[in-house]
Amino acid sequence: MIFEWLHPFLIVTALVLMVIGAVRRVNLWRAGQSDQIDLIAGLMAMPGRYLHDLHDIVERDKYMSKTHAATGGGFVLSAVLIILVHLLGIDSQILAWALMASLALMFVGALFVFKRRLNPPSRISKGPWMRLPKSLLAFACAFFVLTLPAAGVLPEGTGGVLLTLVLTGLIIWGMGELFFGMTWGGPMKHAFAGALHLAFHRRQDRFGAGRSTGLKPVDLSLAHEVGGVLGVAKPTDFKWNQLLGFDACVQCGKCEAVCPAFAAGQPLNPKKLIQDMVVGLAGGTDANYAGSAYPGKDVGNAKGGPNQIITEGLLDPETLWSCTTCRACVEECPMMIEHVDAIVDMRRYLTMEKGQTPNKGAEVLDNIIATDNPNGYAPASRTNWAADQNLPLMRDVKEAEVLFWVSDGAFDMRSQRILRAFVKLMKAANVDFAVLGDEELDCGDVARRLGDDATFQSLATRNLAVLSQYKFSKIVTTDPHAYHCLRNEYNDFGSDALNGVEVLHHTSFLNELVQQGSLKLNSFSGGKVTYHDPCYLGRYNGEYEAPRELLRSMGIEIAEMERSGFRSRCCGGGGGAPVTDIPGERRIADMRMEDVNSTGAELVAVGCQQCTAMLEGVVEPRPQVKDIAEILVDQLAEELH
Amino acid sequence: MQPKQSIAATGNNLKIVSLISVGKHPQSGRVRRADQDSRAVELGMKLLDSGNPTGGDSLVVLHAGDPKEPGLRGYAGMGLNSVQVLELDPAADAVAPLGEYLQQFAPDIVLTGVRAEGGESSGMVPYQLAEKLGWPIVPRVADIISVEAGVAEVLQALPRGQRRSLKIRLPFIASIDSAAQDARQSAYGPASRAMMDIEIVDSSTDQLRENWSEAPAKKRPKRLKVIKAKTAAERFKAATAKSQSEGGKVMQNESAAEQAQAIFDLLLEEGVLR
Repeated sequence: MIFEWLHPFLIVTALVLMVIGAVRRVNLWRAGQSDQIDLIAGLMAMPGRYLHDLHDIVERDKYMSKTHAATGGGFVLSAVLIILVHLLGIDSQILAWALMASLALMFVGALFVFKRRLNPPSRISKGPWMRLPKSLLAFACAFFVLTLPAAGVLPEGTGGVLLTLVLTGLIIWGMGELFFGMTWGGPMKHAFAGALHLAFHRRQDRFGAGRSTGLKPVDLSLAHEVGGVLGVAKPTDFKWNQLLGFDACVQCGKCEAVCPAFAAGQPLNPKKLIQDMVVGLAGGTDANYAGSAYPGKDVGNAKGGPNQIITEGLLDPETLWSCTTCRACVEECPMMIEHVDAIVDMRRYLTMEKGQTPNKGAEVLDNIIATDNPNGYAPASRTNWAADQNLPLMRDVKEAEVLFWVSDGAFDMRSQRILRAFVKLMKAANVDFAVLGDEELDCGDVARRLGDDATFQSLATRNLAVLSQYKFSKIVTTDPHAYHCLRNEYNDFGSDALNGVEVLHHTSFLNELVQQGSLKLNSFSGGKVTYHDPCYLGRYNGEYEAPRELLRSMGIEIAEMERSGFRSRCCGGGGGAPVTDIPGERRIADMRMEDVNSTGAELVAVGCQQCTAMLEGVVEPRPQVKDIAEILVDQLAEELH
Repeated sequence: MQPKQSIAATGNNLKIVSLISVGKHPQSGRVRRADQDSRAVELGMKLLDSGNPTGGDSLVVLHAGDPKEPGLRGYAGMGLNSVQVLELDPAADAVAPLGEYLQQFAPDIVLTGVRAEGGESSGMVPYQLAEKLGWPIVPRVADIISVEAGVAEVLQALPRGQRRSLKIRLPFIASIDSAAQDARQSAYGPASRAMMDIEIVDSSTDQLRENWSEAPAKKRPKRLKVIKAKTAAERFKAATAKSQSEGGKVMQNESAAEQAQAIFDLLLEEGVLR
């Protein structure tokens, strides 16, 4: 082959440009705030996280996981071997054959990528991404041919000027996409940013079967600093590793496909949101975005830069307030991006700095601040629901096996039916329990998700101060939101009130009682039943099995919805969404009820008072909605005395 | 009053003062920004925004009492850079120092709530200030529509959602009704960051009040309402119609002396004046 020097020169050029691009990109991320991450440990753990945590998610789509393993694996191996064979010029037929094999693997993978892109689903982005499979094929072909002489298949120097020119063209194209594009913002950026994102992820404890879902507290001392900002106003207010995380997005749109707000026609699309964050961190407009828009909004009008206020030009605040914080997007994201945390970070700025919580949000926050409950009821009336229940108060007994966390359901007549049912079950099982009565406050869930972390922190510390006065080994609550706060978000406040305390959702606790035989149940004969997984119980806390086991213990065969378990669709009641009430084309609760209807169930079992309220808000005729505690109480076998 | 007029007549440099007190939540009794006072601040901010685009207008949010009171932060969170506080003993009477401050500062419009949510809650502060300053007072204002040529067009809130439009020469005091625009959300960051401009003032202890003891108010028994309306239309009318005033007369064309005489006679007749 002629121009012996040409191809090594091209490879070096591409690699040098790649390094320059990498430094530029890293500097964009470094504009973010510092975060305490062990860099070395993160890098060491990265391959494991790729092979286990990330691959487990990709594996849900078998086609794509095999395709990616072939393409990605083939490419990484090829890149290393190309450097050895073509750049360093190591003359080894074994290496050359290995390179050809890995290129062949990559080629086959790329063919499947190509096939997928022939008729792509609406969720995936087009634009430069449509070019990627062709670039992959070009890269694999060109280097395959280029390696033939080294493998001894063709004699050295085969081919004329034409072949060399064609080959050079393909190599420039392939390396332009795969080396240069990797750090200069092409589709392959996902490999570079994605690998580092895995290493320096903001939630290090998410990996290795961990479950980190609690929001990180805001440093409130910033409120007293001149020039301090609470929450995220500009892209540079994010932690640097959050910026890195946005860059890892592959625009596969799995988030878009599961987002309840997107499906309801509210102006939110998690994929677009992350891409807008990328626009923000790099500066520019969203004109090149080639995926679905926010419903009801046009693409091309968003402008941003690292030091520009996000909600002034880049994002409509309505987009942020449409989120129900259901984490369906986070659960599906193969790049393990944390959409919900970013949204809440930006809401914090809107609420705590701008005072712009929309619709009833401001009123609810004012109520929580003034009365410790979202509807502004007299704090002294918190236990009125249990006037006839004769509940032991912690203030009197000081000690109990179980502390029953009643939650704000105490003020709502529908939720009170759930509370009563649960109390009856505990009494039937002779559980030693007590309640806090008027000493209990709102858990802070709504305040936190509406961005008012100051109020959340105030509630959390006051609740913890009350809890630390009493002795108990378990806290049980019927509200998954309170459960999540108590279990995962109260640990950040340096209190030992919950040390060694088991925090349980009532379904887990009741399941224990049933398994122990403390509760005797008749079998259920009320027709077909399905179960709706509450987001804060399932995705946030991984409890999918206990509620199902409870239902089975009554002889119920659950008619599962298509979207159940970790793929459960939100009821629309989380994250303060019913309060901020951003208009859409449909209601999320209606869509969920359609899911229920398609199973033909006559009864939906629920484990959350918010879900109950949302689903019961769907117009009749519709299946009945009951909390599991209410179903159990009807099946309680009366003991004969 | 005369010199003020010329300043306001140009439409420039409108000086607004909103008086704020420490509120009390009706359900929890917890300290908060008082509802009507925060509406007074909201109206002040609105006048500032809608007023002179050259930015000559100013708004001072004024409190007499303890500058460390956390309830004041609720007002600051509406986006104020500072709150002016006349520091005085909690037991002292706030009217005298407020009056002196206002006399010196010479604002064009003073906005207050109708009554405080704690303490005496007599609703007398705006009247006493008006008396001290010799300014007119407009009670229960819902909105200030415009300020032009030294005259403000004001909407007064009447029962059952009715409004009365008034024209008032500056300066004046307005007490803000609960029908006025809701106060904007109070945000934690600005609330924590706002400055308290403290001025220590002389004050005299409220002698009368010292001997009082406070007790929670008891609800008065309600008179049973006998519903006479037979149809929905009648019920609607009963709920919305202005109650017909009986007697009285409208004097529009008479001379000022005749009008004053009529008022004087009425006051004598009602036993207000003896």
